[in-house]
Amino acid sequence: MKHLIHTFKIYIQKYIVSVCNLAIALFVSISVSVYADSTQLVSPASDQNKLLGAYLSRAGNCMGCHTAKGGVSFSGGRRMYTSFGIFITPNITPDKKTGIGHWSKEDFWKALHRGESRDGRMLYPSFPYTEYTKVTRKDADAIFYYLMSLNPVSKENLSSKIFFPYNLKPLLYIWRKLYFKEGVYKPDHTKNKEWNRGAYLVQGLGHCSACHSSRNLLGASQKEKFIGKKMTGVNWYAPSLTSRLEAGSGELEINEITELLTSGITKRAVASGHMATVIRQSLQFILPEDIRAIAIYLKSIGRENSDIASAESFPVLSKNIRSRLVQGGKLYEKYCEDCHQSSGKGIPGIYPPLAGNRSVTMASPLNTILSVMNGGFPPTTIGNERPYGMPPFQQIFSDEEIALVVSYIRNTWGNHGGLVTEIDIERSRSGSRN
Amino acid sequence: MRYFYLTVSLFISSLASASGGLSVAVPDTMEERVKACTICHDNKDRVGRDAYYPRIAGKPAGYLFNQLRNFRDGRRYYQPMAILLENMSDEYMLEIAHYFSSLQLPHPPPEQISIHPEETKLADVLIRLGDPGRDIPACKSCHGEALMGIKPFIPGLLGLSHAYISAQFGSWRNGGLMRGQSSNCMSEIAKQLTDEETNAIAKWLAIQSVSGKPSPPGALSSELAHRCRSIDPENTYSK
Repeated sequence: MKHLIHTFKIYIQKYIVSVCNLAIALFVSISVSVYADSTQLVSPASDQNKLLGAYLSRAGNCMGCHTAKGGVSFSGGRRMYTSFGIFITPNITPDKKTGIGHWSKEDFWKALHRGESRDGRMLYPSFPYTEYTKVTRKDADAIFYYLMSLNPVSKENLSSKIFFPYNLKPLLYIWRKLYFKEGVYKPDHTKNKEWNRGAYLVQGLGHCSACHSSRNLLGASQKEKFIGKKMTGVNWYAPSLTSRLEAGSGELEINEITELLTSGITKRAVASGHMATVIRQSLQFILPEDIRAIAIYLKSIGRENSDIASAESFPVLSKNIRSRLVQGGKLYEKYCEDCHQSSGKGIPGIYPPLAGNRSVTMASPLNTILSVMNGGFPPTTIGNERPYGMPPFQQIFSDEEIALVVSYIRNTWGNHGGLVTEIDIERSRSGSRN
Repeated sequence: MRYFYLTVSLFISSLASASGGLSVAVPDTMEERVKACTICHDNKDRVGRDAYYPRIAGKPAGYLFNQLRNFRDGRRYYQPMAILLENMSDEYMLEIAHYFSSLQLPHPPPEQISIHPEETKLADVLIRLGDPGRDIPACKSCHGEALMGIKPFIPGLLGLSHAYISAQFGSWRNGGLMRGQSSNCMSEIAKQLTDEETNAIAKWLAIQSVSGKPSPPGALSSELAHRCRSIDPENTYSK
């Protein structure tokens, strides 16, 4: 028991440290005025600058990718499964031999801004320099000083396995010529400071479009940003941030957007899959004024009047389909209703509603299928420390039963989503890794 | 008359909120929060669609906490558990561990399987005395005199099924269960044991009826605690 208490104490201490960090970051942001006054002089490696770097590194979630499961933070080794290969993230602690201890801040800038490694190698865009290029020099330097202040961890980098033909360097060269546009974020002077701060964070460090923008065959984000896509190598669908039928925020209140981004749950929605991870690792620590700026920007790119729902054109259900929905309804009554209610309205802030929930009704049924199959807990965050969980129903349901219940919730209480078959279930399972 | 309208409108609005399903109160309890767990881990061992779900109620809190972290951090491999726990803090895991540890549910009756007298003898020796020649400690030296575990990190061995214990031995031997942990005493021990021995132990344990309680923390010798330092992820024993 003594040891258990000891372990517990360590976690309490860690928690206090993280809360303190947050408080310090808050102080820093107030005194340094994070973004707008980039001309203000701050001595390069000052503690203030390192703290600013720590904060910005949270905003960019460097740690999320540069930490293996259960590994030491920033020491790399995380495997990222993509359609182009298995990328293994490198060690970015300041270890001289295995990390980036011998890098100068110029080297770091080159990687972040130009997508080039210290030795001149072109980097693959699995490292989102396509977004990080928008980060200001001052912010990049602060992140560099922060990384240099970490404890060096000696851990050799493993080589990534890139599939043919993506492993051919000339192809990467051509790709960069075609799709990579180098350049720091340029404020839009027709918009206010807050909007620009949000755009800077979303388009740059936040690298939201790495998941939320559609990509072409060569993996480049398409011109039209944030229109949503199935994530490569994993089965989650990253919904559109513009469409009102998906995760567009055009019609949401600013408070609702900020609540979802920081606590992971609101009265209407819950973050799941990779978004839950981003919230837990990064967004929950973002300062209120920055989260507000992000929300203002996201709301502005949400379309309000396009994508009119096709409810009117929904086909008349055949007898066979109706009977499948009845079967789905029976399963719902037995397994789901306790939490999500017979009205489908759920319990606000605890069990999300399914009626009118866009992640249930959007064209891609993937996320709903995965939620039913895998269940899950909303992320534990400062705003939701003890979340209520959803059972992984694939442990007790057959694929057919999953298809029936998903079809039911996509077509009840006024929801109109496509029906789901066992083939969809099988497809959502194949190749799923995290 | 005004009051009449007011009363009627109040009545209607209360009806509306009741039918909105918002009047349902969700118990603010751990039991409610961990429904995601109890669909598989209810009050007894269960065989599900693809896996065997052991009973976790009443197991030592430190042991459960370690397993939760192992699943989340990729040291113990089972994808459904890894996905469930992916975004969970250590603090909440510890609370969940304490919750399941505190549950006092009746144990299942001993399994009805036949065991050969030779097997009984073999198991008995290993459980009571181990085999110093092969550096195998007695089961009792770590899992407690009553084989009900030692608080807070070492699990009891009674009340588990033959199938589950055999599967754990297999996993330890292949490094599958705890792959990634540098020093694991159970892996080393399982590799020393023969198939006959693990089978005899698994059978012997499964037919015992459950009695007694986990031993207090002091019951684990410092030598064995050091050897099995992977039980405490902070390695407080080894310092």
